[in-house]
Amino acid sequence: MLRVKNLTVSIHGKPIIKGLNLEVNEGEVHAIMGPNGSGKSTLASVIAGHKMFDVDKGEISYMGKNIFDMPAETRAREGIFLGFQYPVEIPGVSIANFMRTAINEKRKYLGLDPLTGAEFLKLMEEKKKMVEIHSKLANRSVNEGFSGGEKKKNEIFQMAMLEPRLAILDETDSGLDIDALKVVANGVNKLRRKDNATVLITHYQRLLDYIVPDFVHILYDGRIIKSGNKELAMELEEKGYDWIRKETATGAA
Amino acid sequence: MADKNDNILEEVSGSEYKYGFYTDIEMDQAPPGLTEDTIRFISAKKNEPGFMLAFRLKAFRHWKTLKEPDWAHVAYPPINYQDLIYYSAPRKRPKYDNLDEVDPELLETFEKLGIPLDEQKMLAGVAVDAVMDSVSVGSTFKKTLAEHGVIFCSFSEALQKHPDLIKKYMGSVVPYTDNYFASLNSAVFSDGSFAYIPRGVRCPLELSTYFRINAANTGQFERTLIIAEEGSYVSYMEGCTAPIRDENQLHAAIVEIIAHKDAEVKYSTVQNWWPGDKEGKGGVYNFVTKRGICEGDNAKISWTQVETGSAITWKYPSLILKGNNTIGEFYSVAVTNNKQQADTGTKMIHLGKNTRSTIISKGISGGQSNNSYRGLVKTGRKAENARNFSQCDSLLLGDQCGAHTFPYIDVGNRSSIVEHEATTSKISEDQLFYCLQRGIDMEGAIGLIVNGYAKDVLSKLPMEFAVEAQKLLSISLEGSIG
Repeated sequence: MLRVKNLTVSIHGKPIIKGLNLEVNEGEVHAIMGPNGSGKSTLASVIAGHKMFDVDKGEISYMGKNIFDMPAETRAREGIFLGFQYPVEIPGVSIANFMRTAINEKRKYLGLDPLTGAEFLKLMEEKKKMVEIHSKLANRSVNEGFSGGEKKKNEIFQMAMLEPRLAILDETDSGLDIDALKVVANGVNKLRRKDNATVLITHYQRLLDYIVPDFVHILYDGRIIKSGNKELAMELEEKGYDWIRKETATGAA
Repeated sequence: MADKNDNILEEVSGSEYKYGFYTDIEMDQAPPGLTEDTIRFISAKKNEPGFMLAFRLKAFRHWKTLKEPDWAHVAYPPINYQDLIYYSAPRKRPKYDNLDEVDPELLETFEKLGIPLDEQKMLAGVAVDAVMDSVSVGSTFKKTLAEHGVIFCSFSEALQKHPDLIKKYMGSVVPYTDNYFASLNSAVFSDGSFAYIPRGVRCPLELSTYFRINAANTGQFERTLIIAEEGSYVSYMEGCTAPIRDENQLHAAIVEIIAHKDAEVKYSTVQNWWPGDKEGKGGVYNFVTKRGICEGDNAKISWTQVETGSAITWKYPSLILKGNNTIGEFYSVAVTNNKQQADTGTKMIHLGKNTRSTIISKGISGGQSNNSYRGLVKTGRKAENARNFSQCDSLLLGDQCGAHTFPYIDVGNRSSIVEHEATTSKISEDQLFYCLQRGIDMEGAIGLIVNGYAKDVLSKLPMEFAVEAQKLLSISLEGSIG
């Protein structure tokens, strides 16, 4: 589904990702872990189509298509979803209006008729239940005055609404208390299907207690330096990032 | 291409709709220039009562003593008033047989605004059948209004049928000496609208439906007079979301509203005059004087405006809160893009006791435009416990536009409370990317963000108007961010 080959990315001439390879297939959950500044969020942004970064080398293909041929909104309509680490506020725009616009844009792109008001409301109720949002969240302005936990839940709610093929969740677990974390994890698990894939970007092993990944990658200094299964995350948790630093240093020497 | 566009412009602006408000004058044209003879000519052509001619002449003599104001934060080349034509033949007959012949770009805009096909035809200057729906709709409306005693007609018709009302109220809120453009209008106004709501009547209809139809046909110097008798209510809508292109560059209208005791008037405007090309060439100058007076106790008047058009907008819908416990409201969204200039705001003059006013102004500037809010809040010596709350927000798109706020506050007694809040913000890259990532394109994203920003004002518009205004905001800002 997603193939990243030898990707090199910089910002203002400063290299951040330095030859990264990653392959994600349908039905898989990948976790990308790494210390601050290792390039995790940059990778997510580049896949989603943020223009702030310069892609110097490498390829990314999604569903067999060159991702760089598509502007950000097309990638989204093709089924790529980014759960933001810091979701922005859009004052005065209700979540319902925001989602309805987004869904109908996607449907238009796919050649489908827009959802009627009633169909949309039904879908929204269904998804709210699914991701355990009981509040009147949908009537509130997008992220305006939301607590950290509400913002993250809102990201998961949007993910449920848009039913992406590839969801990248950028530190969705950071800043969440254990209850909110469970809500988020349950949402992700319920949305897990054979024909979609999830990439979890996270700092901590904690999230992986609730969402069991098929693969764990350790991103360090712009490269994936180690891949494994859930055990790798446990090992990392136990030994800390220093362990990786030492290993890398040894490897380099 | 330019030639073709010019032709289309001419033809569009030359369109005529004969079933809306329409003055039944067979016309020729006055020679260019402005003299007393021009004014006598206009008055004679319209078969006006003597007091009207006298009023026009007084205004003209006064106007000649005035200098064009230059204090607004706008710039434009000098207008040669002797070059203008103050009385012109009725607009040309439609030039097209069907919509296929009309400028596709214009049609696309109509489509985006969701304007019904018949109205598209009319606005674009396509011949329409006499059996068009709005004719029958129009007469049904007239019947309903008549049953309630509401008078709603063109200014010219009112002059013929209700001269006493005109004589009593015209110039009572905006005197002909008020300002340069008001004097000019008083001297040469062509036509406009008149509404009278009798005592205790709640006008059963939004006075609106004619207006989209009529707006394509408005003259250069319009005059509107609305009178709400004691305890009456009316919601009045003026303007048109469809882009109105006109060869008349200068538009100097006057609107006067009188609300008697316990009466309420809601006045909503959507203004979308032709702003000119991307360089601002050929756009309309919209220099308007709008003022209402809450004459009796407990009266209420609110202005809601969405301003997106014109090369230059110079407009301060104002209210005089004369009665005790009267309420004035001003809700405004002013959008400027490309090289448009807008200097707009309001004046709230508190004279009565316990008077209250609210001002919410949302300026949105894109391109290389300039958008100014200018407002005065004044409380008189006797306006005990007067209260005002003003909120002036500016939203910038891109980094080449300007937003300015000029608030004037003049408090004349110790018990008044006047509050002013102002903010300036920019649409952030992060907000745009967030929308893009959800599959909403740039244009849609700007539309969403801007409509969210303007929500407090848009929500004051009558429903059908609000929906159109939302679309209009998005369209007006196309291409405003590089």
